[in-house]
Order: sequence, then C-alpha cells, then structure tokens
Amino acid sequence: MSESTDPTVRHSSTAGQPAAAQPLLELRDLDTDIALRRGTVHALDGVNLEVMPGETLGVVGESGSGKTMTALSIMGLLPPGGRVSGGQILFEGRDLRSLPADEVRRIRGVRMGMVFQDPLTSLNPTMRIGVQVAEPLRVHERVGRAEARERAIEILRRVGMPRPDRIVDNYPHELSGGMRQRVAIAMALVCSPRLLIADEPTTALDVTTQRQILELIDDLREEFGMAVILVTHDLGVIAGRADRVAVMYAGRVVETAATEQLFRSPRHRYTEALMEALPESAIRESGEHSRLYSIPGLPPDLSRPMAGCRFAPRCRHVTDECRTTDVALSIGEHRHACLHPVPAAPATLPPRVRVEPAPEPADSTAGADQPAATPVLSVQALVKNYAAHGRGLLRRSAGQVSAVAGVSFEVGPGETFGLVGESGCGKSTVGRLAVGLERPTAGQILLDGTDIASLTGRERRRMHRQVQLMFQDSYAAMNPRMRVDAILAEPLEIQKVGDGAARRARIATLLDQVGLSRRVLERYPHEFSGGQLQRIGLARSLALQPRLIVGDEPVSALDVSIQAQVLNLMRDLQRELGLAYVFISHDLSVVDYMADRIGVMYLGKLVEVGPARDVVRAARHPYTQALIDAVPSITPNAATARDGVTIRGELPSALNPPTGCRFRTRCPLAQEICATEPPLAGNGHQVACHFPLRPESSKASARAGAAA
Amino acid sequence: MTTLSQAVRPGTAPDQPADAAEAPVRGLWRQGLVVFCENRLALVGLGLFVLLAGICFLGPLFYHTDQVHTDLTAVHLAPGEQGNPLGTDGVGYDQLGRLMLGGQTSIIVGLAAGILATALGTLWGAVAGFVGGWADSAMMRVVDAMMSIPSLFLFMLLAAIVTPSVSMLILIIGAFAWLGPARLVRGEALTLRSREYVQAMRAMGGTGGRAVRRHIVPNAIGTVIVNATFQVADAILYVAYLSFLGLGVPPPAANWGGMLSDGLADTYSGHWWLLYPPGIAIILIVLAFNFIGDGLRDAFEVRLRRR
Repeated sequence: MSESTDPTVRHSSTAGQPAAAQPLLELRDLDTDIALRRGTVHALDGVNLEVMPGETLGVVGESGSGKTMTALSIMGLLPPGGRVSGGQILFEGRDLRSLPADEVRRIRGVRMGMVFQDPLTSLNPTMRIGVQVAEPLRVHERVGRAEARERAIEILRRVGMPRPDRIVDNYPHELSGGMRQRVAIAMALVCSPRLLIADEPTTALDVTTQRQILELIDDLREEFGMAVILVTHDLGVIAGRADRVAVMYAGRVVETAATEQLFRSPRHRYTEALMEALPESAIRESGEHSRLYSIPGLPPDLSRPMAGCRFAPRCRHVTDECRTTDVALSIGEHRHACLHPVPAAPATLPPRVRVEPAPEPADSTAGADQPAATPVLSVQALVKNYAAHGRGLLRRSAGQVSAVAGVSFEVGPGETFGLVGESGCGKSTVGRLAVGLERPTAGQILLDGTDIASLTGRERRRMHRQVQLMFQDSYAAMNPRMRVDAILAEPLEIQKVGDGAARRARIATLLDQVGLSRRVLERYPHEFSGGQLQRIGLARSLALQPRLIVGDEPVSALDVSIQAQVLNLMRDLQRELGLAYVFISHDLSVVDYMADRIGVMYLGKLVEVGPARDVVRAARHPYTQALIDAVPSITPNAATARDGVTIRGELPSALNPPTGCRFRTRCPLAQEICATEPPLAGNGHQVACHFPLRPESSKASARAGAAA
Repeated sequence: MTTLSQAVRPGTAPDQPADAAEAPVRGLWRQGLVVFCENRLALVGLGLFVLLAGICFLGPLFYHTDQVHTDLTAVHLAPGEQGNPLGTDGVGYDQLGRLMLGGQTSIIVGLAAGILATALGTLWGAVAGFVGGWADSAMMRVVDAMMSIPSLFLFMLLAAIVTPSVSMLILIIGAFAWLGPARLVRGEALTLRSREYVQAMRAMGGTGGRAVRRHIVPNAIGTVIVNATFQVADAILYVAYLSFLGLGVPPPAANWGGMLSDGLADTYSGHWWLLYPPGIAIILIVLAFNFIGDGLRDAFEVRLRRR
C-alpha cells in the first residue's frame, strides 16, 4: 500500500474517482479492548481487512468472534468500556484514529452509514420516520426543514418504500419489521455514503423479507457506487451476496478470499469445520441424512491470554506447533492463518453442487410405516382464535386474531414432524396447543388416541408425561434461582415420580444421556453457555420419559457449530429412546435435515404436508417454493440460478385474514378461483392449492399407496 | 487439553477448560454477598447505619442525661458549657442525649413503618398480579384512588384525629406507604407469571400454587427486599415531615424531625447546635438506607446476569 498523500488532497480527489488500487477502508492490526467489571476482554486482536470501493465484503463468524466489534470500531460506536487500543483505521487513506475528532465525526456521519440488526430498537419510537431519516442531513449538511423532508421522501422511494410521501409522517411502530429495516437503510444512505456497514441486517427478519432486503442492499450498492461490509453469522447470506469474505474467529481474521474461492475450497480448518456443521452440507454430500460434523467445545474466553492458533483446542488437525506458534495471515489472494490448511482444490475441479437425491431413497424409516401404528399425536381441524380487545374499561372486542385456522396432521411413533413457516404463521401456537399450554377454540388434539380436552385432574396431569416442550431460549425457560439439580427434579416432583434417591438416579441418567458431567448439578443456569443450556433443557424434557417432544425453535438461538451438537444429540436420543418430535422452526434447512415429514404453515393454515424430501425438492405449493428459494444457500450464486417463485410484500394481518386461499394476496399465480378455499389434497404429499406447481410425484403416491 | 475425545457427544463440560465447571461452586447468596461487599457505598451505608443505631440505642447506657425534667436554668447553653458536649435546647435538655433519644424514635418508627408498608403492599400486589382479571382491576383502582390524594393532607387529617404516639405513627405511615410496593410487586407478579419457566412448569403439569411457591415468590423477593430498604428511608423522612409539622410524638419524647422543627425557630438566634445535628442525622440515616438499597439491588441483579 502506497503511503497516502496529503489528507486534504486525498479527500477532494476521492470525491471524484478513487484510484483503483486504493482501498476505501483498510484496517491494520486493529486491537479493541472492552473493560468489564472483572478484567479486560480483547475483543479484536490484530484485525487486518481491506474494502475496495464498490465491493461487498462479507464478514462472517460465530457469536463472540469479533465481527460486530469490528463494525463498531470502524464506526466509533463501541459500548461503554470499549476502546480501540492499537492499529489503524484507514478510510480513504487517512487514519481515523489520528484525525481531529470533528473531522472523524463528519467522515463517520457523512461518508459511512450503518444498519443495525434490530430495526425496532435502532429507530427512535418518538420521532416521525421523515424526521428521523433526514436527521443526518440536518446535522451534517444543515439542510432546511422542507428540503430535508423532500430528500427523506426521495430516499425512502429509492429503498422501495411504498407511498413514501405518506410514510414520512408515520412512527416506527406503525411499520412492519421489513419496512423498518428499509427505513434504517434509508437513514444510513441519506448522505450518500461511500461505505455502508450492515451488521446482521436480516437476522431479525423472515427469510422472504430477508431476501428482499438483501436484494435491496445489492441494488443500492450499484446505484450509489458504494462499498458494503455485510456482517453476519449466516454463511448462506454471505455466499449469495459478497464479492469477498473474511472469516473471523476469536477476535482475529482467520481467512479471507474471493467468495467463490472460499466456498469452493476453504483453506482454514475452522472455515472447513463451520461449513461441514451446516445441516445443508450433511444432506448435500451424501443425498442421505448423515451425521452433522460438530465442532467440539466452545470458543475461547477472550479475557485470558492465548498463545498459538485460537482454534487449536477445537481443531481436528491440531499439532503441538499450533498451540505454541502465532500464525499470521498468509500472503496472496486467498489468505489464511492455518499451519495445516485444507489442500487447495485444483481450479479445474467443478464446484461442489447440490447432489440430487438418490432416485429411490432406500428408507423404510419410521415415517414410511407410520399409518400402521396409532399416531402419538393427532391434530384434527385445530382452530385457535385470540380475542383482540381494545384497551379500556369496557374492553370492547375489536375482532379476533385467527392464529390457527383448521390444522390437521399426525405424528407417528419415533417420527419427526417438521413445522415450518414465517413468524406469525401460527406454528408456535400449534406447539403450545399440542403440549396443553393453551386450549383450542375448536378441533381435537389426540395423544395416543385420547382427546386431551376430555381429561381432567389427575389424568390431565399424567397426560403431561407423554408430551414435553423444548424452548428456543432455555435460559428464559429455567428459573434463574434454581440450581440445575432442582430444575431437573422439578418435573419428577410435579408428577410425583419416585422418591428422593430414585429421582437423583434418574437425573444422573439424564445427564449421561445429554452428555453433561455431574458437576453441573450444583450450578445455576446463568453459568452455562447456550449449547449447554439447551442440553439441560433437553434433559428436563426427557425426565418424564415422554413419547413426544415439541421443540419450538430449539436451535435457532445457537451458533452453527453448537447447533450441530444439539441436532446430533436430538437425533441420537430419538434413535435410543424412540422419541417422536414436532420440530418447529423458521429455518427450512434445519427442518429439512431433522424431519421425516414436513408441514408448511402460512397464516394459520397448513398449505403443504408431505415427506421431507418431496416437500423440499419438489414443492407443490407456490409459498413453499418461495420459501425454499429465499433460503440462502452456501452454494455460491445458487440464488441467481433459481427459477422459482419470488414473493413480495409482507404477511397480511391475522386479525382480518384474506378469504379463500390465504396466500392469494401475495401469490404470483393467484386467479379468481383462489377466493374459494382450496382443500388439502393429495395422497402422501398433500397441498392446499388450486394450481399446484407440479403434480404429486409418482414415488410419493406410490409410497403412500403401499403403506396404506 | 491434549486430545479431543471424540465421544458420542462432544462439547460437554469436561472438554472445556475455560468453562463454568472449573470455577468454584458458590451459592447465590454467597455471590450476592460478594457483589454487595464490592460496592463501597453500600458498605459505607451499612457502617453508617450500624454507627448511628449504636449511638442512639447504646449511647444512653454510657452517657446519662435527664430527658424528662426540664431545667430552665440551663437553656440554650452552647456546646461544651456546663458539661453538655452539644449544648442544651430551649427547655434545658442536653442536646446530645436528646439526639440519641430522638434517634431511637426515628429509627424504630422508620423500620417498623417501612416493614409494615412493604408487607402490606407485597401481599396486596402479589394477589392482584397473580389472580389478575377483575380482582386485579378492582384492587389496583383502590391503590390509584389512594395515591391520587396527597399523602401530606391525609397525614395532617389523621394526625388531627388521633393522638400521636410511636405505634400510631407507625400505623399511619404504614397505612399510606404501602401503595408504592403494592404497584411494584403487582407489576413483578404480572411479568413473572408469564415467564417461560412458569410455562415450562405448567407444561410439566404443575399448578398455580407451585408457580407461586417455587417460581414467583423466590424471584420477586429481591425486588421486595430492595424496595423495603427504600421504604425505611422514606418512613424516616415521613416521621421528620410529620414532626416538622407538629404532628410528631409529644414531649418529653423526641425525634429528629421534631428537633429540627424546634431548632428552626432558633435559626436567627445563632443556636446552630439545635439545627444542624438533627438535620445532619436525618440526612445520614436516609443516605445510609439508600446506599444499602442500591447495594442490595446490585447484589440481586448482578449475580443473575448471564455470563
């Protein structure tokens, strides 16, 4: 890198056309420390990154890898106690750490923009959208009120906001999550920055909305000619969008390369392991559901001094050298910091592609012979409405929210039934109804052939032994004041199972089953990491030896490597104990990996049910297809190659759902007949659509026929 | 760690050197105590309270004064005169001895009224919050209605009707100070009731009684205790207000607020020893309780914070 010329000259020249070789942003040996109550966390340790003008750099890593800290260090938004303690942040050749504060503030305010993860908390709820979007203009360009409003409307139009002239006068709470994120992007773009930093911009959004927002950022990047740093934990998001990728681990960049190169042939052992831990890879490589590779252990504690490669304690290929030698990034296009890298794939090797499933899966899994046995759970025409009453003394009813509207499905013994859908589709409500936490408005829930609504008193209590719930956030689902032994004993106490000694023995067995040591018993929930808590949660669900576990997004809060551990554990236990699962998730790839059969929900209705393989590979409902297309895949550019259905807009309100097919308001194929409700039709692979995308495959119907 | 045991389920506690399993096991109360002791101000507050209470309750054992009979030959003696370290007041009582006596009243009334208010409020709020529905609405409207009446006005009205005495003061202050804790605990009960761990317990077949006993009460107790300390500080101030308005305990009994009120009459006579000591004593004891409350709040919150 050539030494920068006089700062003022450089500044004026970059306003026109920056030199091709000059990176827009360069981080050199950036160190960031965060002082906590006890000790200091070295959040970043010698981070080196470059962003060229107009390019998208993906920064990917698990939680605690320092990816967000990198973004915050660049923007000068570190949390209290945090400070950049070393290195340089060169923006257009000038070091932000040595410039006067005023100048830095202007650069960060005008020439950089940032979009945060949660669009609700990053917008001020008491300010109108227009005022909020135009705030940077008023501060940095001292624009008048009327002009600011005009420019706010203009920028809102450019981020694809419908009716921007009306939206400017709204407040954030009046908009949906996706719309709020558009506003946040508009706010970041209003000063036409050279660099946009998007920190997990779509993590809080549904996949279909995520796709829209990612496409928007892509379009805007070209339109504004700016560079983008896309920070995310999701390898799939990066694969489809970024030009180059930087993989971070424990406060360091461990590998950077062009996106295609990195995904085709990762060199660092961490990157390799991360990709193998994705459910997508397990399905792809064999066509059959193989075991996920799970990275053992947890990321290191960054407040302790470390020597050698930071991934060494969890690495499969570790040698003594790794633990003692500090490894620097290699030189070249594809840079990595690994002593024993994955051998580079020859350039001629075709990229790994999605292997089509074997013509006839040789499975006679539990799912196939399911109709023979009595289903563990049978849900029939389930309806759940919530009264939406206005506040006030009289509590006038303001209509009903139709959360679940006539859902029927069965789960056989030892089977996994996956329930997918976007937030607000009613999948969690179905789960809560199934475990008896709520009572249905209409319809039946049969557990082992017994209607749970008919049970009272003792029988109802005993019913809870059959089916247990597993939560997304196990920390919230455990009383913080109870030790783990008390937490695990609670279901046994409630159900009056055994005496003290028997309970202790049972708890010990449970800990063995989920792979935790006895020492955890004396600890409190806050002392554990997310993956360990999920194990404890699973142990608690298993305590009563249920036949069915309803998992409500059980791995959604976990990092990829930890997620793999928990998914593997759930499958192992299923095999050992003959459990049935209802696996509820918004993440289609996880459900695809776990489930034997999948049900897709949209706005309270089941739109498609069938064997997992058929639903995911040969979707029949346009919504399912749109959902599949929206899921980011780590196969680069797969998104562009897809020819499927794209849906726009947002989920309609469940307060006043569309008549007939509920998807028709967003469906590209909708016609007049869609105003009448389509029944769920088909043999093994059912769909509720007047115009299914493809006929039921002969395989599916043949299999269903053979089983019947 | 040398080898990675490729056990069936890796990532378990033994694999993790940096894991919680290595740290010594400590109970929640122990952890809370450590956090409390780390807070300098909380320790200062605790020390201050012990010191003041010690002087007020144990002091008279060593420092005998006549706080019953007036001595009009020795009024307004300056500090140090005739063996009165802090001088005497307008009727000849030794000021230091009177400070101790007044402190006893203030501390007893403050503690008792604070605890009474907390107990009443907690009970009321917990029932309203947990039962919910109509009972909640009705019970909370009672609280709102009482809160809408200025408390000072009510105090004056009541004090005019009843004869002030220590137990009466406790009852009066307790009867009006419970509104705050009632609201607080009701809010707490409402949120705790919908926590996921209560739902998890219900999914295991548990009942409402168990939810209250095992989950809601233990989790609300921290809030209640912290609030109690602030209630005590408030009650001490209430005693001072009431006495300042002439509604305190009648002589020869004394309390700091009443002493302050008497001293105010002498502001321009240069009798500073009648004004500053009770004023400073009130400030110190209220500060002490507030510091303790802050420390307790940290102790209850920090120890539950996720790593």
